[in-house]
Amino acid sequence: MSNQALPRPRLEAPEPEHGSRERGPKAVLKAEATTGPLLLGKVSEVPDAVFGWAIRLCGFAVVALLGLIVYQLVLGSQLSWHAFGWKFFAQSDWNPVEDHYGALPFVFGTLASSLLALIIAVPLAVGVAVFITEMCPVRLRGILSFTTELLAAIPSVIYGLWAIFVLIPLLRISVEPFLGKTLGWTGLFTGPAYGYSVLAAGVILAIMIIPIISSITREVLTVVPQHQREAVLALGATRWEMIRMGVLRNARAGIVGAVILGLGRALGETMAVTMVIGNRPQISKSLFDFGYTMASVLANEFTEATGDLYLSALIEIGLALFLVTIIVNALARFMVWSVTRGQPSKGLA
Amino acid sequence: MPDTNSMSEALTISWRRRATDHLMTALSVLTVVLVLAPLFAIFAYLVYKGIGSINLAFLTQTPKPVGEPGGGMANAIAGSGVILLIASLMGVPLGIGAGIFLAEYGRNRWGDGVRFVSDVLNGVPSIVIGIVAYGLVVMRQKHFSALAGGVALAIMMIPTIARTTEQMLLLVPQSIREAAYGLGVSRWRTTLSITLRTATSGVITGVMLAFARVAGETAPLLFTAFGNQFWNWRMDQPTAALSLQIFTYAISPFDEWHRQAWAGALVLIVLIVSAVAAVRLVVRHGTLAGA
Repeated sequence: MSNQALPRPRLEAPEPEHGSRERGPKAVLKAEATTGPLLLGKVSEVPDAVFGWAIRLCGFAVVALLGLIVYQLVLGSQLSWHAFGWKFFAQSDWNPVEDHYGALPFVFGTLASSLLALIIAVPLAVGVAVFITEMCPVRLRGILSFTTELLAAIPSVIYGLWAIFVLIPLLRISVEPFLGKTLGWTGLFTGPAYGYSVLAAGVILAIMIIPIISSITREVLTVVPQHQREAVLALGATRWEMIRMGVLRNARAGIVGAVILGLGRALGETMAVTMVIGNRPQISKSLFDFGYTMASVLANEFTEATGDLYLSALIEIGLALFLVTIIVNALARFMVWSVTRGQPSKGLA
Repeated sequence: MPDTNSMSEALTISWRRRATDHLMTALSVLTVVLVLAPLFAIFAYLVYKGIGSINLAFLTQTPKPVGEPGGGMANAIAGSGVILLIASLMGVPLGIGAGIFLAEYGRNRWGDGVRFVSDVLNGVPSIVIGIVAYGLVVMRQKHFSALAGGVALAIMMIPTIARTTEQMLLLVPQSIREAAYGLGVSRWRTTLSITLRTATSGVITGVMLAFARVAGETAPLLFTAFGNQFWNWRMDQPTAALSLQIFTYAISPFDEWHRQAWAGALVLIVLIVSAVAAVRLVVRHGTLAGA
């Protein structure tokens, strides 16, 4: 959004009317009381108080919402927690028929697909960000950042649709046989090539998280002071050396933050992954094998969960997903903030 | 750097450093190409497959049973509209209210807390929000409903709207507020008629971004709105949604359904893009164009 490029107003500036904490509204009212006589009428204090509290209520509703989410998840997962405890995440037996549940395959699938996505996405996203901020002609800059952000506007289900009909055949027919032949000895690329695989999930996730990583990296790179670049150039560095030593090194923490934020998005991504990963709860070394993630087991089995324990186990997976993404996001925001120093984050939404 | 020790070396850039420079430039151009390729591929496919599949029946009829050709997604388009309307009715006022709180009343510890929480909420996976709406609404009503879907989407809209509203309100110069106070205007009038009004275009943009973000959401609707093969206008009944229908059809084994999934995807994208574009157009003629 272009409007966010404008300089921020003075946040730190003293706000005589309502800057101070608890005294805020009252101070204002007092000021009004003294100006009242000038205006011939008395200003009632009631509407102001009502409005103030209504607005505060809206603010605290946001906190209440988070509380509600936690409450619902904790309450719903009680049954499963008491039945399995910590072992829930260490057992790989997911058997609704015998009412026995272990979430390890889903944890594994989530981690494997997200890490694979990061491995693919990070170099590409950082490369794009570097190109846009450091190399690209100014005229191209706007178009490029707009187009990369357009990728973020496409709904997840459409990525999934595209993946089923374009990406999967491509993987099955050309990419997977090629990888199997050249890198099969690593053990990561063995087995029959179905197309539907952890690999497919990783690739589609990578495409989906590139815009997030690259837009935040761009934001972080823009914050690096110009004189850092000039200093390195003045020492006789080539442009790449300038980028490496003057820009990337200064923005390290912020870039790591952007990557972690991308990870947070990848962990919770549901639809596109569900459509391509094959949905079989197994732990396999080969990326060509089917997998299952925490989000996709929820998507597939939640409405079919018949027993109370079954439902509870699913909700516990949801709770785990919730906690992990919160921790990951908090960490990422902190790291981005440490570079941009509290300047407003653009494009985080 | 070891190779800048002497003056002469510093003045002439060795072929190796020059080559590295060119190589890295080429590589970063390559990354741009690699990133843009899927984008174009997706859009090209969407238009190519979608346009061929859209017809009047698709936009006016309900789905036909498996094996029968024809039919459409009219009920899903309408259902998406209903669910999004419910979500907006709940999410927009609350989100804007929270945004006003953050900008006008929240420049303190309480505000920091709310700000952090809304950032956290923004990162919660949509499927988890679906579980919460299931527990809140579906469990109580005993069946899936448009209302539950709306609640789930509203929860997703609130933090986005709150944060953008806050940013937009902060762009309004403090002097405008002070001018209003100086004229004896009360604080609530100032906030609503002066500050919020000045920032209207920005706030609307934020609302539309949130809207566009949830319009294509599928995961939280799976076990809230659930989907429906028939027309339904009742808020307490399972309701079809465009994104759900695309999902169901995409993973089905039938060619006819695949065709309709592409058509649905094209309609969805066109709806999202035109909603955002329309607002951009309106905003450009708004009070604070570009602010």
